[in-house]
Amino acid sequence: MLNTKPKQNIKQQDRERILAEKAAEREILKEARRKERAEKLKERTYVEEFDRGVYDIKNPNRYEIMLSKGLSEEIVREISSIKNEPDWMLKKRLAALEIYQKMENPNWGPDLSELDMDEIATYIRPKAQMESNWQEVPDEIRKTFELLGIPEAELDYLSGVGAQYDSEVVYHNMKDYLALQGVVYTDFESGVEQYPEIIREYFGTCLKPNLHRYSALHYAVWSGGSFVYVPEGVQVDIPLQSYFRMNAPGAGQFEHTLIIVEKGGSLHFIEGCSAPRYNTINLHAGGVELFVKEGAKLRYSTIENWSRNMYNLNSKRAIVEKNGVIEWISGSFGSRVSMLYPASILIGEGARSEFTGITFAGAGQTLDTGAQVVHKAPHTYSTVETKSISKGGGKAIYRSLVQVEEGAYGCKSNTDCQSLMLDAQSRGDTIPTIILKNDDVDFGHEAKIGRIDDQAIFYLMSRGLSEEEAKAMIVRGFAEPVAKELPLEYAVEMNELINLELKGAIG
Amino acid sequence: MSKMLEVNNLKVAVNDTEIIKGIDLEIGRGEVHVLMGPNGAGKSTLARTIMADPQFEQVEGDIYFEGENINELSADERAKLGIFLTFQNPLEVAGISVEDFLRTTKIELSGEDISVLKFKRELQNHMQELDLDQTYAERYLNVGFSGGEKKKGEILQMTVLDPDLIMLDEPDSGLDVDAVKIVSQTVADFLSDKNKSCLIITHHSVILESVKPDFAHILIDGKLVKQGGPELIERVNNEGYNWIREELGLEKVHDEVLA
Repeated sequence: MLNTKPKQNIKQQDRERILAEKAAEREILKEARRKERAEKLKERTYVEEFDRGVYDIKNPNRYEIMLSKGLSEEIVREISSIKNEPDWMLKKRLAALEIYQKMENPNWGPDLSELDMDEIATYIRPKAQMESNWQEVPDEIRKTFELLGIPEAELDYLSGVGAQYDSEVVYHNMKDYLALQGVVYTDFESGVEQYPEIIREYFGTCLKPNLHRYSALHYAVWSGGSFVYVPEGVQVDIPLQSYFRMNAPGAGQFEHTLIIVEKGGSLHFIEGCSAPRYNTINLHAGGVELFVKEGAKLRYSTIENWSRNMYNLNSKRAIVEKNGVIEWISGSFGSRVSMLYPASILIGEGARSEFTGITFAGAGQTLDTGAQVVHKAPHTYSTVETKSISKGGGKAIYRSLVQVEEGAYGCKSNTDCQSLMLDAQSRGDTIPTIILKNDDVDFGHEAKIGRIDDQAIFYLMSRGLSEEEAKAMIVRGFAEPVAKELPLEYAVEMNELINLELKGAIG
Repeated sequence: MSKMLEVNNLKVAVNDTEIIKGIDLEIGRGEVHVLMGPNGAGKSTLARTIMADPQFEQVEGDIYFEGENINELSADERAKLGIFLTFQNPLEVAGISVEDFLRTTKIELSGEDISVLKFKRELQNHMQELDLDQTYAERYLNVGFSGGEKKKGEILQMTVLDPDLIMLDEPDSGLDVDAVKIVSQTVADFLSDKNKSCLIITHHSVILESVKPDFAHILIDGKLVKQGGPELIERVNNEGYNWIREELGLEKVHDEVLA
């Protein structure tokens, strides 16, 4: 098993040092930002080009340099050197690349054969010249932003156009507030630079590169993401939202998120945004590693909405120690294909995992989502509650694993998955896998698949709601168990998103 | 009195089986009509067709509301004109609270925004009339409701949405004595406004004592076979439907006396 005890604990005596470092860092960052802005007006720096590159919009006319196809060691070395990474990180990347090159696509689940890896490799290439502007964002995506009422400042980021200074200010204010409590919240590159010992110890130990082909790819080419460290006993009383630092380089493509909540600490981390994020390359393979220590609590909320060309092959995993709690709130919208099964590994007695998820598959989409829980210790508890909605021929598949190990006696696990199909063309499936290696388990599993009830629609219509509104109300009610777990503004956005999905207004 | 609802030669089928076989019916403003008849005669089908339930196909005839032909209008469009139907078995809608639902529909029907607080107060008043618990408003629409709570819920919706023509499909079935009294009184109060009209389907006479129909219609086998005033209710009440069947030369059925 993992040694999850950090070599470097951020305790009281270190706080002052960290605060001083932070102050210095802020100064440097301020200066850097000033410089950055000035330089942007002239010519972008080389590093910037890369950092923006992986999530910016491609302009095919200006795209001149066609590099050798396929992901090579050279590209990976280049990424690492641009980030000024320590040698150990480069070695991890190269090891992952080797695994990636040997692995095949999974032989189960949705078809991934249309993913053009050569094309993707080309885009990952740091030297790729990519420029973009708002005018080049596809019409349907712009329309969606308008429908969702996304503020203009946010639009820039969502369309992949560029940095967004308002949120940066918010982010840095938040960082100051957190720093006082000894909390570290930074982009992943800065994490590697400033907290190398912690990162080196934890990185890739929860979510392993050899888990599947796309986790290997992730570790070879990761860029951007978040690093959060919550010291022992610290309760972070505001939700941290990756939105506040979403202008971090590489966010939204191969980003790596690593969160450690020390003994007795607590945190709510929110990832994502309801507007569809447009990416030039059509693969998202992020990695999320969560470490929940003894008696700690972490809530990880995500609302993802990808553009309709996207293959979202994201991997998320949490290791939960004694009496620790992980709560997943997961909303999956958009994409062409999604495969997402956040996993909780309960390694300490009394550890708990609660998963609440919603998935919406519209026309032409296959969303294969679910959850995994491994009970490795006695008296561990898990609940999984999912809702899938399919419409216009979309496929929403619930796929899960619940595994209880031999020595894990006295465990409780309950799963409740419901699928709602809005028409006869759509499909909802549930594919649960249950492995119980001892008899002392209190296990429940309930699955319900159904089509939307015409009589319920008539009932609501007879009260004055249009057919569309009646359906939307039924679907909103179906999604309510998820919405009520979200902070209000996200719940409102999710409802709005559902309405747009129902109207087929999202491009 | 001016005509509010007019049904001409209405024929209704479900899965190619004709259930309503040519009905003419007129309901004037301020009038209360009771629709009686044995089980399976087509009473609910008639009411639901007037509400535009898509499971019933209107194969012939016309329906007019306030002089306008509404054949082609959907249920929500008819609701907006002021037509309302209480359901015998109201459907459950998980995740949507009674209050949320009613405020949304009220806004939809009135076309005006209604403040949350003002609406809450009004709703609480209406709930009190029906002796419904304060928490009722927060519960999900019909989910886990008792039979009585569902029936009262339909009447609550009626009082909140304030339609012109109410069609009550067995609003009293499955209710205990006290609940029947409360529902009857609420409906009677609602109809004290002489601009409202009512079509009530019931097997029980108790509610009719409060609601006081002006006209009675007997529906047997998809046809309105007899129409009359309160004296007709009285007779059906005492004798059932067999005397009508006899008059029409139909086969008699046993055990059919109103409660």
